Amino acid sequence: MRRGRWTKRILAIYFVLFLLFLYGPMIVMAALSFQGPQGAVTFPMRGLGFHWWDQLVNGPRSETIRETAIRSLELSVVSGLVVAVLAFSLSMGYRRRFRLDGVLFYLIMLALMTPGILLSLGTSFLWRYMETETSLWQTALGTNVVWGLPFAFLIMVAVWNRYDATVEEASRDLGAGGLRTFREVTLPLVWTGVLGAFLFGFTLAWNEYDRTALLAAGENTLPLEIFALTVGSVIRPDLYALGTATTAVSLIGVGLFLLVAAIVLRRRARGVSEPREEYGELAGENGGGLAAGASASRAR
Amino acid sequence: MPDEQTVTQREGAPTAPSRTPSGTGLELKSLTKRFGDEVVAVDDINLHIAHGEYVVLLGPSGCGKTTTLRMIGGHEEPTSGDIVLDGQSLLGLTPDKRPTTTVFQHFALFPHRSVRENVEFGPKMHGISKAERREKAMTALDMVGLGAMSDRKPSALSGGQQQRVALARVLVMEPKALLLDEPLGDLDRLLRLRMRVELRALQRQLGLMFIHVTHDQEEALSVGDRIVVMHEGRIEQVADPFTISNLPENVRVASFMGDNNIFEGTVTSHEGGRVSIDGGDAQLRALAAESDARVGQQAVVSVRAAAVQVGEDARDANGPNQLLGQIEVVEYLGDLVKLHLAAAGRRLVAKVPGDRFPEFRGREGSSVQLSWKEEDVRLLRA
Repeated sequence: MRRGRWTKRILAIYFVLFLLFLYGPMIVMAALSFQGPQGAVTFPMRGLGFHWWDQLVNGPRSETIRETAIRSLELSVVSGLVVAVLAFSLSMGYRRRFRLDGVLFYLIMLALMTPGILLSLGTSFLWRYMETETSLWQTALGTNVVWGLPFAFLIMVAVWNRYDATVEEASRDLGAGGLRTFREVTLPLVWTGVLGAFLFGFTLAWNEYDRTALLAAGENTLPLEIFALTVGSVIRPDLYALGTATTAVSLIGVGLFLLVAAIVLRRRARGVSEPREEYGELAGENGGGLAAGASASRAR
Repeated sequence: MPDEQTVTQREGAPTAPSRTPSGTGLELKSLTKRFGDEVVAVDDINLHIAHGEYVVLLGPSGCGKTTTLRMIGGHEEPTSGDIVLDGQSLLGLTPDKRPTTTVFQHFALFPHRSVRENVEFGPKMHGISKAERREKAMTALDMVGLGAMSDRKPSALSGGQQQRVALARVLVMEPKALLLDEPLGDLDRLLRLRMRVELRALQRQLGLMFIHVTHDQEEALSVGDRIVVMHEGRIEQVADPFTISNLPENVRVASFMGDNNIFEGTVTSHEGGRVSIDGGDAQLRALAAESDARVGQQAVVSVRAAAVQVGEDARDANGPNQLLGQIEVVEYLGDLVKLHLAAAGRRLVAKVPGDRFPEFRGREGSSVQLSWKEEDVRLLRA
């Protein structure tokens, strides 16, 4: 069946509208962050420049923003690391069937369904009940890890699904012990997946508001700080600059990951350009195949 | 070793001579593998394989051949029984501690390593110095004709070349037993035909013990010194290819090897070294000097498709070992013509030389006279 010209055009317009809906606000925000000094948070643009970006770095709020940004970065990196390690080891368990594996699977997935603010609230109640202070590193890290874990776990499950475990058997067969096989064969083949798991843990924590809101105990992360700025004071274009910068950090993270993945794929495919000759060998150009080769090397 | 017998197996199966005295070689003793409570994958197998011998484990999928191979390689632990190599039990040893290496069906090459690094892997794990293992790897790669491709990644190679890398990777280990798990299964037909000849020649050159698992009858006959036919976890027959092909021991071997016409009936007489069988619409007489068949007993016989004579040789209508058949399909296979026939209420297969194809072309539906010699009628165990 051939699609008509008009169907194609309408679908194209629909797709462009969809993209606009997705990314339009971000693009507008990025554009408005380059307002002139007299500019407001809406169009029209009054001049063009880095005034508000300069405000972000050197202005009166810059100290707080820098502090929260660094804190957020630390939390996200640690959260990403913990998520990656947990998701990797959990998924290793799922390479085989075990009792109640289905139940545990949905238990991990439950974190996807739980509303973040409720998790935050529940955790803060629990800690108060235990008469302990909530804090960024004690509780917010935990809720962020719980949030990132199901995504990262699903990535790792997908990785193992495509993984051919006989390479491990081959490795054992050739004399490598269990640990050696893990290091020499398993890890090199799945580490991009682990990196992906880290990335999920990182970006989810980097952008998380709900699960940190009630637990950070005065140590604001960047999303919390942005929210505080929007409700607590006059909104100015430097907030847009901040939003754009945060988005950029996420994008840079994803970009780095794609770059690494591309490099790995290219290295793995080295030399593929050669034509795949199967039957050229049949003509006997290859020196008569295995047996002839064997006798030749024996004769050495 | 107290056990002087080279092959212990189910009652009555002919024993192929072994080349080396007992004590050396590989011995499977009452080897059994159960999965869970229900499934018996391998059921009490006894087998001796000598060094330098090419043995094929042949059977349909699920017959236990691969499980047997995996137990030898250490990838499965037997439920009971023993695996002894040169007088030493291999039980409890992990694959890396066993002097066996495996060629896996899908080759299982390390995709992140170059061809040479794949071959070097084994020696590296055994702590052999860089220079020495590089030399070993290149020797092995030259042996399989891939010396020039050592820097490629496996994904850049054709299926046949990947197969050769897999071979080089195990040959460099100089194993005591080389285990091949459906090694030609991933190759297309033309390449498979060629590789099996090369495997056979390689094994002759190296004088190594090869244990080769396949479900392909032709492949088994082509490469093996000895064929072990397996069915539902048990050994049905162990013999050289000629015996397996021409003198199947029982119905399962006869039907699995294919192109055998199987008849059932009652023994009506047994005299002068001849056994007569009444198979209802088919009367058969077998030359069976050593048979213990008694009159009145049920008997099963097989007649190879190639032993069925078609058309000419029409004999008197009432004698045994002949039938009037109707041609259903004429299948031309180049060197031979396979005739699918209906006769005496059953389906029969006959093979005649390919040059007789013009005689049968387009003759579907017509009747032909079928006959066979009494020495080609083989009495089977049920």
